Amino acid sequence: MTVIEFKNVSKGFHRAVGQRLLRHYLEDLLGKSDPDSFHALRNVNFAINDGESVAIIGANGAGKSTLLSLVTRLAPPSSGEVIINGRVAALLELGAGFHPDLTGRENIRLNASLLGFSRKQAGDLYESIVDFSELHDFIDEPLRTYSNGMMLRLAFAVAVNLDPQILIIDEVLAVGDQQFQAKCMDKIYEIRNQGRTILCVSHALGILQTLCTRALWLDHGQLIMDGPVAEVLHAYEGRALHAPSE
Amino acid sequence: MWNGDYLFLLENLIVKDFKIRYRNMSLGVFWSLLNPLVLMGVLTFVFVKVMPNNNVPNFPIFVLCGLVPFNFFSIAWNNGTLSVANNAGLIKRIPVPREIVPIASVLSTTIHLAIQIALLLLFVVAFGRGVNWHWLWLPLMWVLEIVFVCGLVLATSALDVYLRDMRYIVESACTVLFWLVPIFYTLDIVPREYVTVYEFNPLAAMILGLRRILIDGVSPNGDAGLVYKLAFTSTVTFILGLSLYSRLKNKFFDYL
Ligand SMILES: Nc1ncnc2c1ncn2[C@@H]1O[C@H](COP(=O)(O)OP(=O)(O)OP(=O)(O)O)[C@@H](O)[C@H]1O
Ligand SMILES: [Mg+2]
Repeated sequence: MTVIEFKNVSKGFHRAVGQRLLRHYLEDLLGKSDPDSFHALRNVNFAINDGESVAIIGANGAGKSTLLSLVTRLAPPSSGEVIINGRVAALLELGAGFHPDLTGRENIRLNASLLGFSRKQAGDLYESIVDFSELHDFIDEPLRTYSNGMMLRLAFAVAVNLDPQILIIDEVLAVGDQQFQAKCMDKIYEIRNQGRTILCVSHALGILQTLCTRALWLDHGQLIMDGPVAEVLHAYEGRALHAPSE
Repeated sequence: MWNGDYLFLLENLIVKDFKIRYRNMSLGVFWSLLNPLVLMGVLTFVFVKVMPNNNVPNFPIFVLCGLVPFNFFSIAWNNGTLSVANNAGLIKRIPVPREIVPIASVLSTTIHLAIQIALLLLFVVAFGRGVNWHWLWLPLMWVLEIVFVCGLVLATSALDVYLRDMRYIVESACTVLFWLVPIFYTLDIVPREYVTVYEFNPLAAMILGLRRILIDGVSPNGDAGLVYKLAFTSTVTFILGLSLYSRLKNKFFDYL
């Protein structure tokens, strides 16, 4: 079964040139497209089946995060069609939706409700979330006193406990310490082995090589390669070596 | 797409707003009482001592009936207008139903409102105006008022994403409304041709209705049908605000 399908998808942003022009809003409201808009994605086509784990690679600004925001329906495509079947859990950014003045415990509750937990689920899973994050001693401290790694622990613990059908990870793994990274990877493997779909953006190619079976390579908003992870990574590394400024 | 628990989410967002607002203040909720009390004192001083030519009895509760709805209105509208832009991280990263952000912001202000209503009722009783059956209208009227503010906030918070000038427009509108709404004057001295405008303004209707119930001890409706007008304008505002919001929300990602 196909869970994610992109049909000729493009995503443009207005070139704001430092200013938000009234013209842009009017064009948006009237549904016109701006000729000098900037395309973060251009005619992207692919389909991902249930249970696949797919890596997305490309240089900074290539459009990887934009693609993920289309999958989560946070942004609408400018043209083309995005089809999603299944519940998506997105770990797009470290601690999105967390508030620094709330304690760890309050943030877990808030984040759980944002990600779609019911009151009962949030209550039942609270212990396992705290256990996973190993932050028992700090759970009643405000989040602003946490280190980046501690925040990642909390965010990750909430997201992976949601039992998502589609897990989306946008380079958030880099912050944790070695031991916690290993634990996260174990959890991600566990989710993958349950037959869930995984979309993973990372610049840590080693992780992608083992986690994913397939890779999409984006370059300046275009999908230039789609195939088995080893082949795509090989081509990508070769390209990166030869044209380091790209 | 998002198939979570709306009530649980709403509750958490409201609690969050409330905690953030009060956690770092040593006096906490006491501030909610201070503002209307101080204004009540000042306005009473001005209109009873400095310009003692008004013939409104019980001026302190008269003016408090105006201040409590106005205070809620202006705080909820101003904070609500900022709510979407201030929660950009959430709106851009988590696929929650987006209407919930401004609505939660308004509802979190109602906690503050509840404290002020308690203060108002306490004053009313202390001034010797007893409880009467017409008090049963109060919950409905407050709900209509909140619905009205939600409608306004849905519209202005969405517009604020596109045009950040919106927040200053709202701020100025509140200053102007302080004078255009009968907070420290009665409807009697308003020229006849403007009376209908006042009655269709939900904020003014709320204040007039409150005074009828709490001070005069009569039904809020009277000849003018104030509650019906309040219901009408609030519902229309809410529907318009919601439809504007759902048109504009798709592009939030691009503009935040
Ligand atoms: N809201 C926006 N308005 C205008 N341009 C945007 C907006 N969001 C993204 N872009 C542009 O879209 C392009 C793609 O951005 P994106 O975040 O998808 O890159 P990325 O592949 O995730 O890069 P990185 O590896 O650095 O995370 C960038 O050039 C960026 O400037
Ligand atoms: Mg990115």
